[in-house]
Amino acid sequence: MLDPLTDILLAIAALLGMAAVFGALLGFAGRYFKVEGDPVVERIDDLLPQTQCGQCGYPGCKPYAEAISQGDEINKCPPGGEATIIALADLLGRDVKPLDGDTQAEPLVAYIREDECIGCTKCIQACPVDAILGAAKFMHTVIIDECTGCDLCIEPCPVDCIDMLPRPRQDALIVSDRQPIGHISGASVYG
Amino acid sequence: MAKASFPGGIHPPERKALSTRAPLVRAPLPRRVMLPLTQHIGAPAEPLVNVGQRVRTGEVIARAQGMISANVHASITGIVSAIEEHPVPHPSAAVGECRALCIVIDGESGNADEGHGELKQKDEWLRMPPLDWRSSDDATLIARLRESGVVGLGGAGFPSAVKAQVRQRHAIDTLIVNAAECEPYITADDMALRTYANDIIEGARLFARLAGAERILVGIEDNKPEAIGALRQVLKNQPDDGMLLVTLKEVATRYPSGGERQLVQLLTNREVPSLGLPADVGVLCHNPGTLLAALRAVRDGEPLISRIVTLTGEALARPGNVEARIGTPMHELLAFAGLQPERLAKLIMGGPMMGVTLDSTALPLVKTGNCLIAATSEELPPTPPEQPCIRCGACETACPASLLPQQLYWFSKGREHDKAELFNLFDCIECEACAYVCPSHIPLVQYYRASKNEIHAREHEAHRAEHARHRFEFRQARLAREEAEKQAKRQARSRQLKKPPPATSQPAGDDLQAQIKKLRIAQAAARAAVKKAEKTLARVSEPGQSGATDLDDLETQLATARENLQATDARLAAAQAQVQGTATNDQDTQPR
Repeated sequence: MLDPLTDILLAIAALLGMAAVFGALLGFAGRYFKVEGDPVVERIDDLLPQTQCGQCGYPGCKPYAEAISQGDEINKCPPGGEATIIALADLLGRDVKPLDGDTQAEPLVAYIREDECIGCTKCIQACPVDAILGAAKFMHTVIIDECTGCDLCIEPCPVDCIDMLPRPRQDALIVSDRQPIGHISGASVYG
Repeated sequence: MAKASFPGGIHPPERKALSTRAPLVRAPLPRRVMLPLTQHIGAPAEPLVNVGQRVRTGEVIARAQGMISANVHASITGIVSAIEEHPVPHPSAAVGECRALCIVIDGESGNADEGHGELKQKDEWLRMPPLDWRSSDDATLIARLRESGVVGLGGAGFPSAVKAQVRQRHAIDTLIVNAAECEPYITADDMALRTYANDIIEGARLFARLAGAERILVGIEDNKPEAIGALRQVLKNQPDDGMLLVTLKEVATRYPSGGERQLVQLLTNREVPSLGLPADVGVLCHNPGTLLAALRAVRDGEPLISRIVTLTGEALARPGNVEARIGTPMHELLAFAGLQPERLAKLIMGGPMMGVTLDSTALPLVKTGNCLIAATSEELPPTPPEQPCIRCGACETACPASLLPQQLYWFSKGREHDKAELFNLFDCIECEACAYVCPSHIPLVQYYRASKNEIHAREHEAHRAEHARHRFEFRQARLAREEAEKQAKRQARSRQLKKPPPATSQPAGDDLQAQIKKLRIAQAAARAAVKKAEKTLARVSEPGQSGATDLDDLETQLATARENLQATDARLAAAQAQVQGTATNDQDTQPR
């Protein structure tokens, strides 16, 4: 039988040995399985509406996602609205907060009043998703399908010819809700 | 084999005898037709004609756009009088009325002498050359189906030419002719089989060859003895066609045995996987009407311009089945069947279970319209008001898809759509069996449909967001590249002037070397990213892969990767030139 001191020393040695092995393992894993970028930022970015409008105070959705992961508030995205706040709160385990700013009732897109456009290309430079088509001294127009409704083009326009209007419905068919059909009289019971 | 069956099901009153007493007849030619450009699932067809142009019966007036779409043909001879929006019944029958672009054709009157003094309407045909399907190759047949605008006439309206190409992706061993026709009232398939059994079996053989199936099963409910007799006769007389085995399978009458999944399960004992297709278990289903239309398109060169439609309901004096031209206004068909307007309480397109109530009789007949029910108020009384759910579980017993309708109802009502999805909401075939048995008269399927719509809308938004992000990233990459190139040019210019760049921006030699090394790594990474994007794009753009929108996004991603590569290239080149520049400067200065 060993004396208590040896016992203690053995235990310490064993623990130290294990610590060294696991430390090496973790260090190795940390080095060789390193994930580029922050995966949480990616997941936050996925929940944001990607309008790139900058209403949150950051120059795009990705920077705002980074800011959120660093502890910024989750209620600064008006285009996303309540749904986005709830989704973010769910992901990050934070409390749901009321939206900071005005809610957008419906998705909007930009329209250029084409006969007033002077062809200055300023809105083209402002558009974050290259959704405006045109050239210097030629009329510009917005590609509606690509416009995210961020209204960043309105500010730089020198003749104020851009309007934000509700987005047209995607599908060509306007579907009325189906009417309920009455019960068939004399119905038998299911079998 | 264990007795194949599907769970649940109901037995509503059939009311089929109403429309089977009279033989199948041709409806009179309509004076004017309205042909919607969306009578099928997929992209609307693109009009080919102008207002004022004269068209003949069978002429293509709108061409299919994209992969899943179908041609539309003129169904009468006459002048195109308008191309405008009209209310039309929705092709997928699940949504009711909507507005869609229609081509309107006004019929042309013929010469008086042709019709024994009476002014008869002209019907001048433009047919395609007839083909013998047994001696034609697959590509010709599929091209013919595409050309003739044949779509699934059972209700979904899926373009048949696309379905005929199923072989590219699935191995099919069984072709099922879905003649179950389980909904009350409808007898269009029944009458088609009684009248054209031979042609329908021939059409089934055609599709079986295209799909590479080894056997044909004809599934039919046992409440259609005449149709079964006609089929038996045909099968007895027909020579055995090589390897192909045609079997008639009678199934017990139970709603919804005509549901595609349910019939597959009944006839083959194979269960179609959740969110899957019958093709996943080696089965292809076709409606008899579709087979008939396909055979006519191939054998006679007749495009799909007419269909068999059941006109029934107690508000009609002469209910029956008619072969009517597509685009015929419904009121003309109903008048032909002796509509008593004062008795009409409700007009339904499709069956009473899954059909849609129409508000107007002025709508045109579309390719997917298999039945019109002009019901009196005693026949189909309005649904009693919705009462609270008493959790009786009757809906669960009735559900043919083994879902939990009650759970789905709570989730849909509480707008917990993701939970509803977890409970397999998308496996609901909207057969209305649950709503039919519900003692509280809850319109369950409407809740599910609302839920499905919301989920789809959400997915659509997510897709848009993804798309916008790719475009934003591309723009950022492009701006970075432009900036890098500008910088490089500026440095090159300043070197040419033999003036070293401002000291503040010039890093020391070691720093420069480290920077170059870093840039080299970045360049390699960017090159790898381009390669990866190219590979993904190549893989996805192979024929038959998913939609064009994904491709679009992948192309943007590839462009972004290329921009990044160019930017790092420019930066690297600039840094290297700078190193050389300082080196020569050093050489210049050292000898002194």
